[in-house]
Amino acid sequence: MIYENLPDARGHFGLYGGRFVAETLMLPLQQLEQAYNALKNDAAFRAELDRDLALYVGRPSPLYPAERLTRKWGGAQVFLKREDLNHTGAHKINNTVGQALLAKHLGKTRIIAETGAGQHGVASATIAARLGLKCVVYMGAEDVQRQSPNVYRMKLLGAEVVPVHSGTKTLKDAMNEALRDWVTNVDDTFYVIGTVAGPHPYPMLVRDFNSVVGREVVTQSQEMLGCQPDALVACVGGGSNAIGLFYPFIGNDAVKMYGVEAGGDGIETGRHAAPLSAGHPGVLHGNRTYIMADANGQISATHSISAGLDYPGVGPEHAWLKDIGRVTYVSVTDDEALAAFHELTRVEGIIPALEPAHALAYAKKLAPQMQREQILVVNLSGRGDKDIFTIAKREGTELM
Amino acid sequence: MKRIETVFAALKARGRKALIPYITAGDPHPDHTVGLMHALVAGGADIIELGVPFSDPMADGPTIQLACERALVHGTSLWQVVDMVAEFRRSDARTPVVLMGYLNPIEARGLEAFAAYAQKAGVDGVLIVDVSVEEAPEIAPRLRAHGLDCIFLLAPTSSAARIGAIAHEASGYLYYVSLKGVTGAATLDVASVAAKLDQIRAQTALPVAVGFGIRDAASAAQVARIADGVVVGSALVAQIQKHQNEPQKLPDLLTRQLGEMRAAIDFATSPVMTR
Repeated sequence: MIYENLPDARGHFGLYGGRFVAETLMLPLQQLEQAYNALKNDAAFRAELDRDLALYVGRPSPLYPAERLTRKWGGAQVFLKREDLNHTGAHKINNTVGQALLAKHLGKTRIIAETGAGQHGVASATIAARLGLKCVVYMGAEDVQRQSPNVYRMKLLGAEVVPVHSGTKTLKDAMNEALRDWVTNVDDTFYVIGTVAGPHPYPMLVRDFNSVVGREVVTQSQEMLGCQPDALVACVGGGSNAIGLFYPFIGNDAVKMYGVEAGGDGIETGRHAAPLSAGHPGVLHGNRTYIMADANGQISATHSISAGLDYPGVGPEHAWLKDIGRVTYVSVTDDEALAAFHELTRVEGIIPALEPAHALAYAKKLAPQMQREQILVVNLSGRGDKDIFTIAKREGTELM
Repeated sequence: MKRIETVFAALKARGRKALIPYITAGDPHPDHTVGLMHALVAGGADIIELGVPFSDPMADGPTIQLACERALVHGTSLWQVVDMVAEFRRSDARTPVVLMGYLNPIEARGLEAFAAYAQKAGVDGVLIVDVSVEEAPEIAPRLRAHGLDCIFLLAPTSSAARIGAIAHEASGYLYYVSLKGVTGAATLDVASVAAKLDQIRAQTALPVAVGFGIRDAASAAQVARIADGVVVGSALVAQIQKHQNEPQKLPDLLTRQLGEMRAAIDFATSPVMTR
């Protein structure tokens, strides 16, 4: 099947995406779009970005054959795309390096970011420190409590962390506050959005910067295996690591793709963060996509053991990929993710973040249904150091 | 003639400017909203902008965010807000009411169903903050089909091309956001507002109301000299917040607060003063 090159000129992925923002934000969004379109094919910009990705981020990340896991699960050969080995420990840095470079080219002196678990905040603070930019990170007051090690990391890196007390005091409210800051300080400020959501051009921009992950998998699979993978699995909160892996494969129908949402306590309980699995189309944070909202259109509180997946919306390209049936979206519960976390840690000696633990939990179900010669690639989007406190607390272990 | 058009025409004939107060429906409690609307009319309101509370009001500052939260604690829904307008209409057939809010609560109920219900209740216009002119073609005509005016925002950063496109989609009036930022933000630069209004008027005959940064009688008077209408929101909402636990006092307080602005506007734009 031939897939359109999306988004279209108005930032739409089919029915989804677009630019649902107040008029005050339109000019900065247009300026960002123009700047990005001018720079993305600029040889000097590409060279600078590639150099940063290689020497600062540490790319390419390995495509690791998880042999013990493969034997244990039975079925497909399981490979892990080791985004956890990147500088700052997650795929988030691929995007912040790119956006910070854009900020620099636009002459902005201040960057702002929203963060949930703190990974995107840390990645933003990191690149701001390196480029000598002022950095302000908005973080829900609840998340500031839950993720105190990352708050401290951001402060060490010189960022100002602003707790957001409005609404549910989580990621979505941090994003509202960052948008408010941007609209007020647009002359000197660049808003580094951490996921493939937000108004156009962000879903496109963040996808493009993260799709280095998928491009590497294409090359690595060819070199290591002489073929392309049969299936890709990635967790989906906003969906940046998933789209980064999927995007270069969208046109290759032989490759099946699975996006794994946070099922929380179980979809049937209503306590989850799975808009594609159990939500409906709506408008949030400047784009039309699947969201979780009540019958009156008020955005719902979400629940997930993983702060990075605890978001009531999802990137609009995922909404489109769901509707056209190109990607299958599923969910796993907190308990399943936690079991997968322990399994990878013990079987392969890799401590995954709770976000990709969701992808692993689904891969565990998928692998036995596949043939032994088939290849299954899981995006191991981040490492789990940040989560050990959450896990210890949940399992009743006292640390220190 | 539609109510909003009638009001601006009548004001123009008398050389007066529109005073447009904003309050959030359901704040501090849904039971008080209709009474507060009448109090605003008593204070000199020409048009009322009634906010539809939303859980994620990304274009609003802290004052209106908190108003939304107070309203949502009591479960104030879009349908309830429209019902409030219907109740208001029973004793006020003249003052236009514009619903101001975000798209998701409207889409959750269905755009068509909302437009029909709002028309029946006597709503005159709708300002959906997060519907840009690019996204408007799928939305605005369906509201207009039910006799609702579509009010749009203009910003200091709106280009001439955008002003033209927005004026083309809009009816009733245009709402010029007088500064960069969110609702309730600080300062007002009257000279730059005046320059932008000239640019807007070169492209449209629609009345232009100015909001954001108008907090008292003095700033209302300054804006009234150059605009067709003055929108005051956060200053009133802050008053509601301050007296949320003694809501029986609010009607008089709002009438008085708005009345001071009304007097200052009328004085500033009286024939003697503008001679």
